[in-house]
Amino acid sequence: MAVTGARLFTKALAAEGVEIIFAYPGGYAIQLFDELYKQSEVKLVLPRHEQALVHEADGYARSTGKVGVCLVTSGPGATNTVTGLATANFDSVPIVCFTGQVPIQQIGNDAFQEADVIGITNSIVKHNFIVSERKDLGRIIKEAFHIARSGRPGVVVVDLPVNVVKELGDDTYPAQVKIRGYKPNEKGHKYQIRKACDELLAAKKPVFLIGGGVNNNEAGGSFTELVAVLNVPVISSLLGIGAVPCDNENYVGMLGMHGCFAANKAVCDCDLLFAIGTRFNDRITGQVDGFAKNARIVHIDIDPAAISRNITVDLPIVGDTANVIQEMRRQLEELTEKINEAAPVHKEWLGQVMKWKEENPIVVVESKKLLSPMKVIRQISDIFPDAIITTDVGQHQMWTAQFGMFRSPRSLLTSGGLGTMGFGLPSAIGAQLGNPEKRVVNISGDGGFQMNSQELATAVVEGLPLVICVFNNNYLGMVRQWQGLFYDKRYSGTCLRRRKGCPLRCNWPDENCPEYSPNFVKLAEAYGAAGLRVMKDEDIAPALLRAKEETGRPTLIEFMIEREFNVFPMVPSGGNISDMLLEEGMAAKEGGAQA
Amino acid sequence: MIRTISLLVENNPGVLARISGLFSGKFYNMESLTVGVTNDPTVSRITIICDNTDKEFEQVKKQLNRLVDVIKVTDLSNLKSIKKELALIKVSIKKEHRGDIFNLAAVYHCDIIDVGGNSMLLQICDKYDRVNDLIRLLSDYNIVEIARSGIVAMEGCAK
Repeated sequence: MAVTGARLFTKALAAEGVEIIFAYPGGYAIQLFDELYKQSEVKLVLPRHEQALVHEADGYARSTGKVGVCLVTSGPGATNTVTGLATANFDSVPIVCFTGQVPIQQIGNDAFQEADVIGITNSIVKHNFIVSERKDLGRIIKEAFHIARSGRPGVVVVDLPVNVVKELGDDTYPAQVKIRGYKPNEKGHKYQIRKACDELLAAKKPVFLIGGGVNNNEAGGSFTELVAVLNVPVISSLLGIGAVPCDNENYVGMLGMHGCFAANKAVCDCDLLFAIGTRFNDRITGQVDGFAKNARIVHIDIDPAAISRNITVDLPIVGDTANVIQEMRRQLEELTEKINEAAPVHKEWLGQVMKWKEENPIVVVESKKLLSPMKVIRQISDIFPDAIITTDVGQHQMWTAQFGMFRSPRSLLTSGGLGTMGFGLPSAIGAQLGNPEKRVVNISGDGGFQMNSQELATAVVEGLPLVICVFNNNYLGMVRQWQGLFYDKRYSGTCLRRRKGCPLRCNWPDENCPEYSPNFVKLAEAYGAAGLRVMKDEDIAPALLRAKEETGRPTLIEFMIEREFNVFPMVPSGGNISDMLLEEGMAAKEGGAQA
Repeated sequence: MIRTISLLVENNPGVLARISGLFSGKFYNMESLTVGVTNDPTVSRITIICDNTDKEFEQVKKQLNRLVDVIKVTDLSNLKSIKKELALIKVSIKKEHRGDIFNLAAVYHCDIIDVGGNSMLLQICDKYDRVNDLIRLLSDYNIVEIARSGIVAMEGCAK
């Protein structure tokens, strides 16, 4: 039967099992919206900005494991998605983003709302397509979903010129894909896996390092069971948090720039670093020469390009983490004797690492006038033990990673690779839409929250009972922290209370500072959300409990936190991860301050 | 070290931009790049010459392999392969020196494909180094223009 491209589009979404499409209309997307209006399988969610739209699809995808689906119009609609797409792709989140486009005949004429979406997105997506002929539409959509969710997941953009969308053509949606240049290696090499198991059991001081590739139900669950029979400490990257419950007896904590002492120390001292699903980003390695320098390195990853890119690997295994972990478990069953032999040595090492953890814990710093952010996070974890928590980027993000108690995969959603401010609220919306039975808490700073605060409207109209915690220290805190530690307290462009009339140079926040803008409580109320402000310790729990009672609208809680609190431990950028600043007052090493 | 990569890619518009964008975006060196369709009209061959360290070159190959439109990556650096380049060189020359150019052309097996009142146009099709040598020798005269094709390469026949 001959149907329009738009009709085939909605048919394809239904065939792919899409539940929600995050979509913002425009002149060259209107036919697609018209078809969405006529059907009832796919729910249309209307965010208030296209960047946030992609973060919402991202939060949905990260929290559910399903592909997040976006639809925007041509030109500005498409260019606004760029930050969202780069954020998702960097953290390997499966997204298919459809962009409207001017008619093929007009491309290149600088037509109204024309932008070269393929050219713009080339370097920030896994793949992109422009559908230049109607006959290719079904095949391309099929391939887009396949590429987004298989291998190392990522973002696929499908650019839809309006003439193709309007044109009548075949209504069949293919069942199979065949792409000759794309065959991800899903299964790990059995012999390599055997060698890795042998090395693990022969090592005296082995450490597991897990990343985002393990942070899903299959791999994370399987890995947690694997760890249960071994006495090997587990360390995680930011994106790996939650893959193993934070209260697991083998779990040490996060490593890297703001990693805990024991994790960084264990990586420095280990003789075997067994890494799974991580990219060895510079934020976890610090100076690469000093990273795990006495260790053999085993690396399991689905992406061959991640192997030996930043850190030279001794034993690589390319494959899907869940498959490889499964195979490891199967092989270890045959190695019970060796496991028993290794147990005393490994137990001693695990004991040593846990002793470091006990002796150098991450500390809740008591506040003087306002709130301690660490305490607030501890209480959030107590009151919402099974919540999905989303963050923005900066100090509150690191405090959340350090002090939050995450017990299941996909429970911490945060922009790790790109480090995108404005991610927290929209990703919480996506997560709540994908997980209506769970509570979703967004922890943001006062800076990042303002980058997408318009999404309060989306949360209100969708009736989402989000708990939005804005940690307000009146500063862009992480940059202010660096300015405090490495730039002699020159608080350049980081004070959000600064106004016309302030001294030219100021680094002495006090109660006489100008009034903060905006008033977050009133802002929340203006959107139809509940708004609360908390300034005292004893009000933290009651505010959270009040938010917990809400079932049909979001609550924004503004926590007034100490203005100049810093995140510790800290490894100055470019430094060796064994050289940690553990607390306030430890001198920063000369030359440590680089981006 | 100078390397040669031969790629088979989908013959789609935009593929070249993906590949050149990969090199520029990741700051990889590229000395030359040629493209042409193969005997299968849906497939193009791209030949890239680049100068990389071993570690960087491993990444270059892996990143190229990651591209969905790239069907096959062959590293010809260490294989017995044939590499050729075509160059057109125009020299401005007085009539009395034409003989010199004819002599050079004979040594380098190149054709003189056009002659004007005070200029000559040479065509050489040879190895990269031989093309460079000829250009260096011709620079004793007045080279007006050069057009080089970039290198095309192929693995030799199995013996």
